[in-house]
Amino acid sequence: MIDVMVLVVTIILVLLTFAGLYRAIVGPTAADRIVAINMISTKVSTIIVLIAILTRQNSFVSVALVYALIGFVATIGLAKLLIKGRLDI
Amino acid sequence: MNLLEIIQFIFIALFLAGGIFFYMVGVLGLLRLPDVFTRMHATTKCDTMGAGLILIALVIWQGFTYVSLNILVVLIFIWLTNPTAAHYIAKSAYISLYKNEEK
Repeated sequence: MIDVMVLVVTIILVLLTFAGLYRAIVGPTAADRIVAINMISTKVSTIIVLIAILTRQNSFVSVALVYALIGFVATIGLAKLLIKGRLDI
Repeated sequence: MNLLEIIQFIFIALFLAGGIFFYMVGVLGLLRLPDVFTRMHATTKCDTMGAGLILIALVIWQGFTYVSLNILVVLIFIWLTNPTAAHYIAKSAYISLYKNEEK
């Protein structure tokens, strides 16, 4: 019973991720795209944890931690590029 | 199915529904609000809340094991880094939108 609920939550989250991808493609400014990418990164990390629990592969939870780390570093790098115009200062 | 399992089931269902609600509010705000800062207000707050509720529901389902400790580490990491990234995106959006026009 709980399996079915978690599966439905995973499917809804995948659909919401594709809905948020719209703002990353047609966003008017660059900051809109960074906001959308940040939200997609958090959401994909949650989806990875849900799939790891559903398939009983317990070591896949660490993949979600690494994905959240990569998303955070990418967001900070893109925002710094937006402020300074270059990345080596 | 005794009383404790029923209480656990009710809490898991409530937390999953709350997490999906907050995610839906975040995506709706991202798609419909007019400005960068209002979109950021919708996404970051609701995103942190939705991820927190869904991962806490999974911790309640798993019980006190090694996997739930790992999920809590992921959750604390998301709660630490998401507001930091939100502040930095707001600063960069403000500088790139308003400070460059004054020069």
